[in-house]
Amino acid sequence: MPLDQSFAGRSYPPSPPYEVGREKIREFADAVGEASPVHRDPEAARAAGYKDVIAPPTFAVVLSLKVNDLLIDDPDLGLDYGRVVHGDQSFVHHRPITAGDRLRVELHVDGVTTRMGNDMLALRAEITTEDGEPVTTAKSTLVVRGENA
Amino acid sequence: MITASEVSVGDQLPPLSVRVTRADLIRYAGASGDFNPIHWNERFADEVGLPGVIAHGMLTMGLAGRIVTEWAGDPGAVVEYGVRFGRPVPVPDDAEGALIEVTAKVAKVLEDGTFKITVTASFEGKSVLGGASARVRLPQGL
Repeated sequence: MPLDQSFAGRSYPPSPPYEVGREKIREFADAVGEASPVHRDPEAARAAGYKDVIAPPTFAVVLSLKVNDLLIDDPDLGLDYGRVVHGDQSFVHHRPITAGDRLRVELHVDGVTTRMGNDMLALRAEITTEDGEPVTTAKSTLVVRGENA
Repeated sequence: MITASEVSVGDQLPPLSVRVTRADLIRYAGASGDFNPIHWNERFADEVGLPGVIAHGMLTMGLAGRIVTEWAGDPGAVVEYGVRFGRPVPVPDDAEGALIEVTAKVAKVLEDGTFKITVTASFEGKSVLGGASARVRLPQGL
């Protein structure tokens, strides 16, 4: 079953706030091997001009993965997650994600298209502070492999 | 930290080789919250037709990004980073794991003064990320 193309343009209500912790940043930096002290030491981060330790460039995936559950759990979309492949990913950082941030994520479906029997979902997660300050825009394409692909 | 005046279009960044083992996949699953079994369960990966347990595309993206952050000297200098996910990286159940080789070069200076850096990542000589690039804002220097 192809995905419902009328989902293009849909957005979901913002997520409850996610509080960015120093230790979560350290854990993520360790997992991708980012060795910089600005991910670990608040003093080093402040010396580099930041309010507190900052997250590595791909940390925002922690937040965008959580909101993808909105799509997986949306019965109207009928997404078969077992057939989903991550096609592409990009992050635009309006500023670095910083320990102590309380962030909300608003998920937008920018497009639903079909190419060579596969459905393509173009997603955009707008990550802002609780006060609405833009922090990161995370765009991704999910490819839903067709029944015969 | 490198400054804008030290950078020219065409500069190659110091290359990076990163080894990924099963333990790295487990660590990344926990850190990112991506517990898809194709990244840790051989039986499941085989069942869905993959060449064994594969690395998270997002892990490959994160590891490859280090070529830019280590060169820039400040991970916060990376204002944009994007990739397409290409062929999967199978990670064998041994001590060596999979070796990912990363190169990057300064592609252009954009109108706002940021630098576009193109990145390649390969496994066994074949590209695993397509169209990967980062945009970096560097201090002006003196």
